[in-house]
Amino acid sequence: MDQVSTIATIWAFIIAFAVFVYVVMDGFDLGLGMLFPLFPKKQDRDVMMNSVAPVWDGNETWLVLGGGGLFAAFPLAYAVLMPALYTPIIAMLLGLVFRGVAFEFRWRSQRERNRWDLAFAGGSLVATLAQGIALGAILQGVRVADRAYAGGWWDWLTPFSILTGVALVVGYGLLGATWLVMKTTGDLRERAYHLSWWLLFAMLGAIGAVSLATPFLDVEYARRWFAWPNILFTAPVPIAVAAVTALLLRSLAQRRDYRPFLLTLVLFALSYAGLGISMYPYIVPRSITIWQAAAPENSQIFMLVGVSILIPIILIYTGWAYWVFRGKVDPQSGYH
Amino acid sequence: MFDGFDAIVLARAQFAFTMSFHIVFPAFSIGLASYLAVLEALWLWTGREVFINLFNYWMKIFAIAFGMGVVSGVVMSYQFGTNWAVFADKTGPVIGPLMAYEVLTAFFLEAGFLGVMLFGLKKVGPRLHFLATLMVAIGTLISAFWILSANSWMQTPAGHTVNAAGQFIAADWWKVIFNPSFPYRLVHMVLAAYLTTALVVGGVGAFHLLRDPKREGARVMFSMAMWMATLVAPIQIFAGDQHGLNTLEHQPAKVMAMEGHYQSHPDGAPLLLFGLPNQEKAKVDYALQIPKLSSLILKHSLDAPLAGLDTIPRENWPPVPVVFWSFRVMVGLGFLMVALGLLSLWLRWRGRMYDYRPLHYFAMAMGPAGFVAVLAGWFTTEVGRQPFTVYGLLRTADSVSPLAAPAVASSLIAFIIVYFLLFTAGIVYILRLMAAPPHAGEEGPRGDEPMHAAGITPATGVTNSAKR
Repeated sequence: MDQVSTIATIWAFIIAFAVFVYVVMDGFDLGLGMLFPLFPKKQDRDVMMNSVAPVWDGNETWLVLGGGGLFAAFPLAYAVLMPALYTPIIAMLLGLVFRGVAFEFRWRSQRERNRWDLAFAGGSLVATLAQGIALGAILQGVRVADRAYAGGWWDWLTPFSILTGVALVVGYGLLGATWLVMKTTGDLRERAYHLSWWLLFAMLGAIGAVSLATPFLDVEYARRWFAWPNILFTAPVPIAVAAVTALLLRSLAQRRDYRPFLLTLVLFALSYAGLGISMYPYIVPRSITIWQAAAPENSQIFMLVGVSILIPIILIYTGWAYWVFRGKVDPQSGYH
Repeated sequence: MFDGFDAIVLARAQFAFTMSFHIVFPAFSIGLASYLAVLEALWLWTGREVFINLFNYWMKIFAIAFGMGVVSGVVMSYQFGTNWAVFADKTGPVIGPLMAYEVLTAFFLEAGFLGVMLFGLKKVGPRLHFLATLMVAIGTLISAFWILSANSWMQTPAGHTVNAAGQFIAADWWKVIFNPSFPYRLVHMVLAAYLTTALVVGGVGAFHLLRDPKREGARVMFSMAMWMATLVAPIQIFAGDQHGLNTLEHQPAKVMAMEGHYQSHPDGAPLLLFGLPNQEKAKVDYALQIPKLSSLILKHSLDAPLAGLDTIPRENWPPVPVVFWSFRVMVGLGFLMVALGLLSLWLRWRGRMYDYRPLHYFAMAMGPAGFVAVLAGWFTTEVGRQPFTVYGLLRTADSVSPLAAPAVASSLIAFIIVYFLLFTAGIVYILRLMAAPPHAGEEGPRGDEPMHAAGITPATGVTNSAKR
């Protein structure tokens, strides 16, 4: 691989990293938002929201890095995928607007609190569903002609994209529930444990359904996973999923408050690796590879310098912010 | 609702609408973040309780405004791709990295320290908390640096070449970032943000002084705001003038539109005070003008010739009426800001600043003036760039996504409904917070829990954090 291709590959991994960090970090924020209707008491909702209030903005910034990074490092892919995913992206953005404003608005009016609770939950659900649908729409491929999207504005809507949408709702729900197990006490934690069981089984079903459906989208996906000798490298993924699931079930049974969340992160990482296996080296499946979409070398190098210095610094102060607000949320005083 | 509009008009309307809503929040939070850092510094330095009360008072407002800025900003970062895909493909290699640097150096910094700033005073102690406030303030300024660099490159592109795929690529990053209009635009915008915030703070202070001129919190914030107006408004007029001269050099058509000069003036161009630009007939109806003044301002000579739009191909004209009027709104408000600053200075000298009611009414009326001026200024520069997205190089009509008009019309309607619903609510909440005067033991962003119990001084806070 020459230098240009190597740098493009590095960038593909950087974008993939940013998107993954976004998925798990905003995943528990959004998941917890979707669980709001199951926790009708004001005090529970106060605690739930306070458990993410200091960090949600930083979590959402990874989405901006994913989008902005794609624009900068793979402008062609950004230019093709965004119009192709027009409706889900706009729906996601509007969902995130509802969710985001609720963080502050909710505390500013006693009378209108229920309305903002609804905006918080509804916005989280719409944003999650839209992200999952967008993922499915990318996997099933988009029509490209002459450096541009060539399909219609409803192409994204298929049974498969609905399936991935629902799967992500379940997955974020599990992240949210296990986050609550980790961050809360008492009755709230009990119900979060209870929910985690159900959501874990639902998530396993969702992983199974998406994994079974993907090879039918295209023979290339099937060949990649099942042909010899690829299967030597792909087989460990489902085996690891089974192992992590076993550990997750045990940690829920043994009531180790921190472990279910951390193991759910591992489960997400494995699913994400599975998606990577299916997609690589395409950035728009079966149309545009990461090398075709790559920005000119000097743009990618210019940013690579910044990324290699700044991402570690970002991780350090983000880690510090999490450390400041570590431990269980005190239901009496919250963080204040 | 939007039958008969083509996808380009709709995409432009959507970008203009979402951008206009977005820009007012960062304009406010850039200034407010710096103001909060100053208030906290004064609190740490003097230990006077009025400063922490004002800090907490304005932080509640900051939290709402910043949140609305974040959510409307995420929308912007995706719209380049959803609605301007060709633009994104062609300019991504040049302005993409500038925006990526904005995310890496500014957005993460702001977001990472915002939680500690809003909720962490008790957990980390006053000194680390001040560091967090400072990081948020610096983050907002770094953000302005990068996004204005990207915007300025679209206005005055430099340091680039074009590759085989038709994409702009950087030949010299230094020239791309510090393109000809960038320093002027950066100074003009940051000053605008500071002035906007000063006027809001001054308006709120005036509102409470009208009810009770003895209120300490209201007096302190009003005095600080009027110092800002006195000092910064004249500097802003000068910076704006310099920016205008820079525009004349690099984007003459925009200045012709601002001035309403359809025709060239070989021996001294008049300054049009008012008039109705008529784009079709290429003349300004009912013009009220001062002879030769425009040449004096732009060329520093009464008889200097000034070219008009008649020297520019008609298909490259910006829409003059919008640019002409938005420019006048901005300049008019700028002079009113100077007047407010001078009046307050005179009354301060006479010792009447806190009880001279007409000043307070004037300051209240000017409270929202910064927002209007910022929007008018952006309309001037952005509409004045038309019909190009990258000035002189890439036309707006050639930048748009291959989307059907109904798709864009639906999203535009959705944005209009959602933004009006949510941001109206947010503004009402901000106004409610402003309606209550700052008081002793002012609470932090969560109303049900005092963040800072009355009587805690920075010194005891330090000992508490040292024990930890």
